[in-house]
Amino acid sequence: MNKKRLLSVLAFVLICALLLASCGFEGNAIKPAGGDNRTFVLAESAEPPNLDVSKSTDEVSSRILNNTMEGLLRQDRNGRPQPAIAAQLPQVSKDKRTYTFTLRNARWSDGKPVRAQDFVFSWLRTLNAKTKSEYAFILFPIQNAEEYNAGKVSASQVGVKALDDSHLQVKLKFPTPYFMELCSFTTFMPQREDIVNQYGSEYALEANRLIFNGPFTLSNWEHEASFTLKKNSFYWDQRKVRLDRVEGKIIKDVASTVNLYSANRLDFTEINPEFAAIFEGKSDRTVIKEMASWYIEMNQTKAFFKNLNIRKSINYGIDKRSLTKRVLKNDSVPAGGLMPTHMKGDEKHKFRELSPDTVLYDPAKAKQLYAAGLKELGLKRQPDRLEIVGDDADSSKKQMEYIKEQLRKNLGLQVEVTAIPFKQRLQRGKRQQFDLLISGWNADYNDPMTFSDLFLSGGSYNRGKWSNPTYDQLVRKSMTNPNDQERLADLMKAEKILIQDAAIVPLYYRSRLGIKKPFVKGIYWISTGSSYVLKETYLDWKK
Amino acid sequence: MTFYILRRLILMMVTLLLIITATFFLVHSLPGTPLKNEEKLPPEIRDQILHEYGLDQPLYVQYFRFMGGLFKADLGKSLMYDGRDISQMLKERFFASAFIGFQGILIGLIIGGGLGILSALYQGRWIDNFATSTSVLGVSIPSFVLAGLLSFWVGVKWGILPPALWGSYAHTIMPSLSLSVAVIAQFSRYVRTELVEVLNQDYIKTARAKGLSKAAVIWRHGLRNALIPAVTVLGPLTVNILTGSLVVEKIFGVPGMGALFVDSIINNDYTAVLGTTIFYSLLIMISVLLIDILYGWIDPRIRVAGRRGE
Repeated sequence: MNKKRLLSVLAFVLICALLLASCGFEGNAIKPAGGDNRTFVLAESAEPPNLDVSKSTDEVSSRILNNTMEGLLRQDRNGRPQPAIAAQLPQVSKDKRTYTFTLRNARWSDGKPVRAQDFVFSWLRTLNAKTKSEYAFILFPIQNAEEYNAGKVSASQVGVKALDDSHLQVKLKFPTPYFMELCSFTTFMPQREDIVNQYGSEYALEANRLIFNGPFTLSNWEHEASFTLKKNSFYWDQRKVRLDRVEGKIIKDVASTVNLYSANRLDFTEINPEFAAIFEGKSDRTVIKEMASWYIEMNQTKAFFKNLNIRKSINYGIDKRSLTKRVLKNDSVPAGGLMPTHMKGDEKHKFRELSPDTVLYDPAKAKQLYAAGLKELGLKRQPDRLEIVGDDADSSKKQMEYIKEQLRKNLGLQVEVTAIPFKQRLQRGKRQQFDLLISGWNADYNDPMTFSDLFLSGGSYNRGKWSNPTYDQLVRKSMTNPNDQERLADLMKAEKILIQDAAIVPLYYRSRLGIKKPFVKGIYWISTGSSYVLKETYLDWKK
Repeated sequence: MTFYILRRLILMMVTLLLIITATFFLVHSLPGTPLKNEEKLPPEIRDQILHEYGLDQPLYVQYFRFMGGLFKADLGKSLMYDGRDISQMLKERFFASAFIGFQGILIGLIIGGGLGILSALYQGRWIDNFATSTSVLGVSIPSFVLAGLLSFWVGVKWGILPPALWGSYAHTIMPSLSLSVAVIAQFSRYVRTELVEVLNQDYIKTARAKGLSKAAVIWRHGLRNALIPAVTVLGPLTVNILTGSLVVEKIFGVPGMGALFVDSIINNDYTAVLGTTIFYSLLIMISVLLIDILYGWIDPRIRVAGRRGE
């Protein structure tokens, strides 16, 4: 019996020792996961659901498409659209509604030329309701695109036309200052009619049922396990492509990805804040700047949040700086507005440089505003049960707990935290089943309108049901205003109104964390932060 | 026996029908739609796409349409991975899960059986104590904790095996080991208990007395009788491995059924949820049936009892 007990104790001690020891990381001598400088190995946290240009919506698919396909334009390191399949930037008509692109002599991965008709086919296919594209709406700035999608006009009436094999003419509904940004978006990439028809319902479901015109081709795709990109020998700019192979490993558990990275089996991966501490201060740590804004929406169909002072008091009562520093720990930027830090303003400046935001936090003022609000409402104390609703991911729960504590400490306001799955959060938001709602939005393109139009009265993303006629008027005018300067000024004014009227409580402009081996050079992310560009990436490793 | 199996098969069909119906209505009651870009999709376009998928029709219409497909052995197409055949996906994913699962059970049975026999033969000696503590640990440490530790130590620190991912045989070893520990723990306890009991029976003494060697006695008379109850735990163990592998698969990045099941629920992929549920149910029901048949084959008394019962 004694022996038995001794053994059990020994075993227990052994386990504890194992657990303790696993808390510290030892560095192995670093080397490329692929063994040499020609292969780059990275991890993705999900299987790409579909690489169909018309139907892809998720980030992993968009990353593969951004590296195997090319649209008329491609974003450079600074987020500016540069000529890609188009030989130069388009000619724009005086009324800014007609764009004419001249295509360069580019080829598909089977050697056939990329023609203007490939773009026309691709865009019309996306707009065809039968395709069931969930991103068709991004093409709506094109004349009659929305009408065709709704089945009101025929395909020939849509404002996109191949003048000949190498000239593409696009007519827009209104002047759209961000149309060139859009031309680098995955949904605007070309597709080959013969390939789409050849594979029918199997199109784009496997690596060999696709064709490419970008820096790499997808040479292998093992569902849920891995994908391989190979240098495309038909790519028009292949001189600049320095990698022979890119291997993507699909693995969902972040701890395992970190293990693989530490064992030199990955050169790059994204991580979540739980692992941030391990790489704090190390050269591996990479911050990926997203163009994403996170904020609290307040349910203004309820009398309590209809009161301006109450809404303002919540903004003043939450310390966003410590939220980003202590809770998020991923280099997200505390927010005072809606437009993220690197959103474009005019040609030379960022929006935020021209219209700086002020991060509001003042507990004393918050208390005053709150008391004033209660008085105006004729209330002695807060309504009984207030609920803050958000996603059930770890980091989201922590944020909500933090906000709950801030409101309790600074306002004496009691709220309950409700953490629910993403889809449920969307539904609750849509049906106004919340008091406070943690919401976020990722920019689709580099222009303030991607955020501004969210808060129009009655808009489906305006879940708090905030409404302000001046705001509506400024944003609606900007949708068609050909005067870029005036438009930008209007959108800046609109953002100020949004904050002054406390439509939302800005929290932070989100960043993501990655880890990348120090010898990985030349990688960059497109301005929305959703995709890396590996065209000019190289590994600079010496034994 | 044939009648018994037939009756069981009919019962299985009824159970399956109930499971499918319940799952169908449960999964459709989840909030949201299967659309991937639901957050950004303007409502008019969302409705139009739902219409194209036939998801705007009354639930009972969708139910009968799904069941109609099922009778033609068509599980439908995934909504999350647009257009991929569910049956094709299940086929691809099942291989990985089955491989690590069966390998895990096999390792578990061999090591667990060995440990059980040894500790029954050397009761109270160090090997018995060792086996006891191992099984206590094995039962109490969840497979995913062990998976994490293995991945870190064997994979990262010692660099013996790949810490995760899929592709070669080396990739299957650690997932199988993580899964096998629970089997080792439970199986060794059962074998030990049963064997100790059997070895104390009079017929064992008789066998020894008539001059059979110790090894022959244990093999021919001891083990065969001790294994009968042990076979019963195989059923629950297989089920345990199947469900336990969800997390282990995630940790090691195994492209198996686990990820498909979890993702399809999160993404409201109705057809994939139903497909995996049907598949899992069938798998569990068939393995339980097989074990019952096996049970009858090992122990003739059960066959007789079954016949009398009919």
